[in-house]
Amino acid sequence: MRMAEVYTVARLLKNSVAFCFPPSRPGKAIAAHEMFGLVSPVFKADRNSTMLKKTPLHAAHLAANAKMVDFGGWDMPLNYGSQLEEHHLVRRGAGMFDVSHMTVVDLRGERVRAFLSELLANDVSKLKVSGKALYSCMLTEQGGVIDDLIVYFQDEQFFRMVVNAATRDKDMDWLARHATRFGVTLTERRDLAMIAVQGPDARGLVAGLLSADARPRVEKLGKFVGTEADGLFVARTGYTGEDGFEIMVPEGRAIEFWNQLLAAGVKPAGLGARDTLRLEAGMNLYGQDMDETVSPFEAALAWTVALEPDTRQFIGRDALVRQKAEGIPREMIGIVLDDKGVMRHGQKVLTSAGDGEVLSGTFSPTLGKSIALARVPAGAGDTLQVDIRGKAVPVRRVKFPFVRDGKPQPGI
Amino acid sequence: MSEIPGDLKFLKSHEWARLEDNGTVTVGISDHAQSALGDLVYVELPSVGDTIEAGNGAAVVESVKAASDVYAPISGTVIAVNEALSDKPETINQDAYGEGWMFVLKPSDTSQLDELLTPDDYAEQLDNE
Repeated sequence: MRMAEVYTVARLLKNSVAFCFPPSRPGKAIAAHEMFGLVSPVFKADRNSTMLKKTPLHAAHLAANAKMVDFGGWDMPLNYGSQLEEHHLVRRGAGMFDVSHMTVVDLRGERVRAFLSELLANDVSKLKVSGKALYSCMLTEQGGVIDDLIVYFQDEQFFRMVVNAATRDKDMDWLARHATRFGVTLTERRDLAMIAVQGPDARGLVAGLLSADARPRVEKLGKFVGTEADGLFVARTGYTGEDGFEIMVPEGRAIEFWNQLLAAGVKPAGLGARDTLRLEAGMNLYGQDMDETVSPFEAALAWTVALEPDTRQFIGRDALVRQKAEGIPREMIGIVLDDKGVMRHGQKVLTSAGDGEVLSGTFSPTLGKSIALARVPAGAGDTLQVDIRGKAVPVRRVKFPFVRDGKPQPGI
Repeated sequence: MSEIPGDLKFLKSHEWARLEDNGTVTVGISDHAQSALGDLVYVELPSVGDTIEAGNGAAVVESVKAASDVYAPISGTVIAVNEALSDKPETINQDAYGEGWMFVLKPSDTSQLDELLTPDDYAEQLDNE
């Protein structure tokens, strides 16, 4: 047998976050050159797991018999047995993910707000209450997406930012390049592990582990707000379309806290489930759904761009204003395949306005059929087909998210 | 790694074939392959009556991760397919060498089986990967 559509070499070479799955490490699974039809220079190299970066929870994954993969240079759990079971667990109860590979950066300085106001396409003046978070893109002068991120307001001298793992180097370079002018200092917080506990039962299970002092504060947290609690930073955010928390834990306490969650009945879920969950929730993955060649308008992220007030001169603004005036050439849409088959990244989308491309495609465990995000030329209309392994298959254009709070959305 | 049954022959590309007492040959994918693929969500089988040739794609298995062609270990005519896989593709994950069989061939030349890997050779190949 031959893996036909596992990952796209071109994308990996762009050094983006490739959320496709390389084969497991030697000794655990099948050699790339035998089973996986593509030979990628990235994975062809000696994939010695000792060369990969490890999170503070690495030992816990091995102890749980996780299937480990190289994810952007990190040795991360793909699943702990069944990706489908882990997916359903998060939709129906609670699951936890090690997301310590993500990059946490503390930004400090008198003019940190002014710095972020210039740096981000979303407007940090929306952040008024300590702990409040904002999702935003960071853009090039040409309006391309350097990365998407979350920034937490702590106080007027202190904001905390979480950026992607695979974009760490270029993000840090970009931040450093602009921070100097504002006298802002950057501190990468590699000393923090991060655990995402997600699902309808997640908040209750986490709260049960906290002190009497911290618990009420955490229970009352609004959506997209974080707070200190027992030396943890607990934020009501996530990447699954379910309620829950993302929790920053000092690395020395990471295993202990993970084990407490386990004992409380929260089972671990791997990056595989994380990908199907976020795609059902209609959330973009950097490097797959958008990159520096794409504007936020072409990535269904217009809602994160604050063009008002027009006095705020953020990086990329002029390019976005120009693109809006001239007409946005491409758009990102949701599609569903009602027949058998699974849409995958890189497949061609055939439309009356020209060809588009499947960005993220998967089998949706909640819906029992394939869903995808695709980028198509403007005016592509509703009659669409996807070229799946040489066959043009009719697909349906839908609004996304596909699934929200455990439920399929109307019309999906 | 689960035990590989001794009566199977393998392709390097992880398909197995078993010569039955009645002279037909049953085909599936290895336990190792199902494990690497992850949860299977679709299986596309040939039709009964199809003539297939050794080394050509005869079926497709699709997991959450990827679609994979399944090659015919030997040439022959398809005389049965495992219809149950349409509703329960995960059967291959659960029992790749048993209930997860994919199709049965009436071989055109049984001697083609001699060119396949023995269980020991196949296990050795896996060890070397």
